[in-house]
Amino acid sequence: MKIVVCVKQVPDTTNIKVDPETGTLKRETAGTVMNPFDMYAIEEGLRLKEKLGGTVTVVSMGLPMAKDMLKIAIGMGADEAVLLSDRRLAGSDTWATSYALAKTCEKLGYDVILFGKQAVDGDTAQVGPSTAAYLNAPQITWVKKIREINEKEIIAERLMEDGTDVVKASLPVVLTVVKEINEPRLESLKGKMRAKKYEVPTWTLDDIAGDEAMVGVKNSPTRVNKSWTPVREFGKAELISGADAAETADKLYVKLKELGFVK
Amino acid sequence: MANKDDFRGVWIVAEQRNNQLHKVSFELLGKGRELADKLGVKLSAVLMGNKVQDLAKELVAYGADTVYVADNPKLAHFNDELYTDVVAELAAKHKPEIIITGATAIGRAFFPRVSIKLNAGLTADCTDFELDMENRNLLQVRPAFGGSLMAKIMTPEKRPQMSTARYKVFKPLAKDDSRKGEIVDAGVNVDAMQPKSQFMEFIPEVETTINIAEADMIVSGGRGIGGADNFKVVKDFAAAMGCAVGASRAAVDSGWIPYSHQVGQTGKTVSPKLYMALGISGAVQHLAGMQSSDIIVAVNKDPEAPIFSVAKVGVVGDVFQIIPALTERIKKGC
Ligand SMILES: Cc1cc2nc3c(=O)[nH]c(=O)nc-3n(C[C@H](O)[C@H](O)[C@H](O)COP(=O)(O)OP(=O)(O)OC[C@H]3O[C@@H](n4cnc5c(N)ncnc54)[C@H](O)[C@@H]3O)c2cc1C
Ligand SMILES: Nc1ncnc2c1ncn2[C@@H]1O[C@H](COP(=O)(O)O)[C@@H](O)[C@H]1O
Repeated sequence: MKIVVCVKQVPDTTNIKVDPETGTLKRETAGTVMNPFDMYAIEEGLRLKEKLGGTVTVVSMGLPMAKDMLKIAIGMGADEAVLLSDRRLAGSDTWATSYALAKTCEKLGYDVILFGKQAVDGDTAQVGPSTAAYLNAPQITWVKKIREINEKEIIAERLMEDGTDVVKASLPVVLTVVKEINEPRLESLKGKMRAKKYEVPTWTLDDIAGDEAMVGVKNSPTRVNKSWTPVREFGKAELISGADAAETADKLYVKLKELGFVK
Repeated sequence: MANKDDFRGVWIVAEQRNNQLHKVSFELLGKGRELADKLGVKLSAVLMGNKVQDLAKELVAYGADTVYVADNPKLAHFNDELYTDVVAELAAKHKPEIIITGATAIGRAFFPRVSIKLNAGLTADCTDFELDMENRNLLQVRPAFGGSLMAKIMTPEKRPQMSTARYKVFKPLAKDDSRKGEIVDAGVNVDAMQPKSQFMEFIPEVETTINIAEADMIVSGGRGIGGADNFKVVKDFAAAMGCAVGASRAAVDSGWIPYSHQVGQTGKTVSPKLYMALGISGAVQHLAGMQSSDIIVAVNKDPEAPIFSVAKVGVVGDVFQIIPALTERIKKGC
């Protein structure tokens, strides 16, 4: 079984600062982490391998510094990692990123491709399904449990708003996973030692036989026209207070009634 | 390549589960009507399902000029590939300039596939739309980085312009059963389509509590609640009010309440009429999931807590002193 996991390096959103002049994020100062959802995708890939045999290859498209993140995946137990890094890819939107990831998966070969539900920088959740579309592969998004899987097909549970859909699909298949699916393992000592020595191969657009006209900021269909930080004003809230907690509760009650929330 | 000017019309892809329309479809018809009128074009809806003719009439009553219906037993349940193929085939034939669907579990699963098939861009989870009339460009407003940043996205060259849009941010038009619209067969050969995945069964959420994504009133507890047992204060209050229970990630990570209750960037996005935050500081990732609520009420000990910057009503104080007293008041009912 060939298992590919796509992981993204994202700015550490707990630490994000905004440039007051331009209204854009100061990515440089934020530090980077592995997209939290992608840890669950790696873990599920490792579990599939433990069950069915095969290899787990972790793929990321990004800057050279993403190599460190890929080494974490090696430390967790992934067999191989590939960094897709090329200046021509810079500024790709989800349409272009998915194309490049699809070409990478084609080159690697795949039975199951795993994605995190969404990346916490853009929050689009589009790259998984879009990659599936380029590969003309079936997809099961928001997977919270793999019920059964063999060389030919998979039965998985997907998290919908009103409950769970159970879906069967033939392999090769693309899955995007949610947090409920597992509890990601930490890097093992043995894994860390291997990661230390592991040289992450870097591929360019040429290595995946990618078409230059399909990638990069110029060819991405969507453009950021403008970005800004939402202004939040203190002092807009109507403050309710009383002499003691009981009086405050009373006043809050009256307010909720006035607003029509209590009869 | 097709010419940009060959594309005209605004489309909404409606969503139904168990032959009931999702309310986001009505909201999008409301916004879609406005966009279509400005652009001077028709507003159409696409409807997929099994025996859904009655739903088509509802879409007309909520603002659609035309409804393309793909009615087939194979469409009884959501299927990523069938939905993709139907919408992509229809759009390739009729060439709308804008196609929007709800940013729901369904919309966000299949719309990316459609966008690849149509060779178009896609903007996720939009919270507002504007028009650049000169170029007929749709300006798509969306939050990123968990709401720390807002961005306006454009698709200047490619058509159609595609987006998924957030539930509960747009207002539906009043239902008008006398509205006239045409309901036409989509003319797509669903029987010939052979998806590589199949729906097998649906398991409804076993929880008896109210689903927070749908609830009109939510009360959420955060780290300030301090423990699983203490959550009773929140739950009792919710029971008295008849509202759903939400939580911050800190409360979920502490194991006080299951993940299905988490509100925020990595939890659910909610937009109720009333959102009460108890012992929640209001980190950007939490705000991302609830700041479009109509009325936010915050109870927090710390007057500097960022939650007060989005709250309409604020109480600086101790949850454990105020909320039980409030619960009693509500139970007494006067
Ligand atoms: C990638 C990423 C994704 C995230 N996703 C989410 C998400 O989806 N949802 C989410 O909520 N968070 C999310 N977070 C976490 C977020 O950054 C915050 O850590 C979290 O929201 C804090 O929860 P809290 O407000 O309950 O806790 P705290 O920030 O610790 O706040 C507790 C508050 O309770 C008040 N308090 C304490 N005792 C009392 C009392 N007795 N009465 C009244 N007030 C009291 C305190 O003054 C304080 O303001 C995410 C973080 C990251 C990095
Ligand atoms: N540059 C990238 N390299 C590798 N995987 C990615 C990249 N961007 C997105 N992904 C994958 O796609 C998922 C969804 O990302 P997004 O569509 O950006 O929200 C992530 O959880 C990753 O698994």
